[in-house]
Amino acid sequence: MKLELNNTKQIPRRDFLVKTISSLAVIFVVPDIIKTGNAAKLKSEKVSSKIKWGMHIDVNKCLDGCSACIQACSDENGLSGFNRQKTDPQWIRKIKLRDLKTNGISVLPMLCQHCENPPCCDVCPTGASFKREDGIVMVNQHTCIGCRYCMMACPFKARSFVHENLTTQLTNSPRGKGCVESCNFCVNKIDHGSEYTACEEACTKEGGGVISFGDLNNPKSKVSIAMKKSSSRRLRADLKLKQKVTYSGI
Amino acid sequence: MKSESFSRFIIDQRLFWSIFMGLGFFVLLGLFCAHYMETEGHHITGMDNQIVWGLPHIFAVFMIIISSGVLNIASLSSVFDKEKYKPLGPLSGLIALSYLIAGLAVLVLDLGRPDRLIIAMTTYNFKSIFAWNIFLYSGFFLVLLIYLWTMLDFQVKKYSKSMGIFAFIWRIILTTGTGSIFGFLVAREAYATAILAPLFIVMSLLYGVALYYAYHSSICWLNKTQISEDMLSNFKQLMLIFLFTNLYFLVLYHLTNMYISKHLDYEIFLLTSGGIYTVLFWVGQVLIGILIPLMLLILSKKNSSLSLLIVSKVILLGGFFAVAVIIIGGQAYPLSIFPDHQIIESTFFDNVVHSYLPSAYELGLGIGGLTLASLIILIGIANFKFIPKDI
Repeated sequence: MKLELNNTKQIPRRDFLVKTISSLAVIFVVPDIIKTGNAAKLKSEKVSSKIKWGMHIDVNKCLDGCSACIQACSDENGLSGFNRQKTDPQWIRKIKLRDLKTNGISVLPMLCQHCENPPCCDVCPTGASFKREDGIVMVNQHTCIGCRYCMMACPFKARSFVHENLTTQLTNSPRGKGCVESCNFCVNKIDHGSEYTACEEACTKEGGGVISFGDLNNPKSKVSIAMKKSSSRRLRADLKLKQKVTYSGI
Repeated sequence: MKSESFSRFIIDQRLFWSIFMGLGFFVLLGLFCAHYMETEGHHITGMDNQIVWGLPHIFAVFMIIISSGVLNIASLSSVFDKEKYKPLGPLSGLIALSYLIAGLAVLVLDLGRPDRLIIAMTTYNFKSIFAWNIFLYSGFFLVLLIYLWTMLDFQVKKYSKSMGIFAFIWRIILTTGTGSIFGFLVAREAYATAILAPLFIVMSLLYGVALYYAYHSSICWLNKTQISEDMLSNFKQLMLIFLFTNLYFLVLYHLTNMYISKHLDYEIFLLTSGGIYTVLFWVGQVLIGILIPLMLLILSKKNSSLSLLIVSKVILLGGFFAVAVIIIGGQAYPLSIFPDHQIIESTFFDNVVHSYLPSAYELGLGIGGLTLASLIILIGIANFKFIPKDI
């Protein structure tokens, strides 16, 4: 029996091109489309006051020497330091305290308190420092003129000024020389559907569970539950700024 | 007032151009410093996340309140009908205009984003006293121009009184606004008090008359003319009155702060244990700024032009220190975030008194502003008849 090989059949040019291009598409393009299709999308609903983002910090659980929240914030927002502690930005920092009544020592993270009546927004001449409908206080990096009046006005030293040229900014966190910045509750993550801030995620991962973030208008949210568990208070409550960050354990 | 009552500033050409070039050099140096600060970023300055407003702001605020106060010389005739001050009005208006321009220039050039000035001029948050001040300062510029016109042009002289009253009210509001920049800050124990507004007003009146006299006597010295005994006596009286009012408001401000328990720690810091800040307050603001000039004026039996010039310069030096104490001293004391706790450790300097050492760039910018003001005055008096002939 002879084996006949029939290889004289000619493939039309059009078919060749279609098959080649389709193969290349399968190899190179489709994986990227699938990857993009699965990534977080910007939430379609407008920012509204139906949600009120807030945070609760349980000081009793905060560990001395741990800086997971600080590192996570730096990574999420591209905070590059220049080894100049006096001018490098700090959106979140750890403070160690001694209670003057009991001599007890506490450690806690300090960040923008996202006040309901923010003095930084009151004093900003251009309105670059503003409070969103959902309560997040942040700085519009396009209209900030770098006057630093908000830094003078903040009772919690929450704001930093960018003192040098930056080249390694992240696209999700616009920053630039000559503007003021502070914690914005990871607004880019939140607007893409996340309900966790970077500091909270890192703290939870380390087993700390110090930080609880969520919707204060939702009684079943992590932050509302955390606030109910322990008696929480606002810092400098006498100023009546009605911060959305509360603390328990101090 | 007839134009023959005034003259241009005419001196030896070489001397004039030497002064012009000298002032111009420092103006250009100031511009270079501002440019370098903007391109490199503020890390080259002594300002940081603790002391956010520094030497440029001291110069700027000092020049702006002087600008408001120096116009008081013109107001004395236009508003309060003291005819003997009428010939001095145009020169006081020119000095006010030049110091306003220079003060605003220094303030704007120190912004983190001075290229965004157009945003500051077109986008306003009307709850901010800073935003209102932008209106007040730029409006004051127009008011000054019109006021000067009514003082110098015989055809519109009849409007001089009403314009003078308008300018007087405007600058009271403007200086109140400047004081309120600090007075409205709830965060800091040194501020958050309405008394800063009238304190700034009386400071402006004192530094204004001192600066006016310093310029006028210097012009007379270069022109080889003299100020009359009568006018010297008037200036002496004005300085005495404003020195006493400054002393009154300063004592009232600190006494009130000491009564407020939550501000007491700051007062103890400033008045006794603040190191350089305590020295600046007692030696700079109080001794040099108020007590020494008072002593010199009260003890001097003769009204000499030179002794009054020395007193003026001492007042101005003390005034500079006073603004420095308010601006830097108020920031140096750490915020009271946890009143019932002591902060032991912080990476953001929450638990320490903040130190500040101004850089050469900030000094260059500030000096550039001062020399810009003098340059504008020089150009004004050389080209227009601002100098009164007989006073």
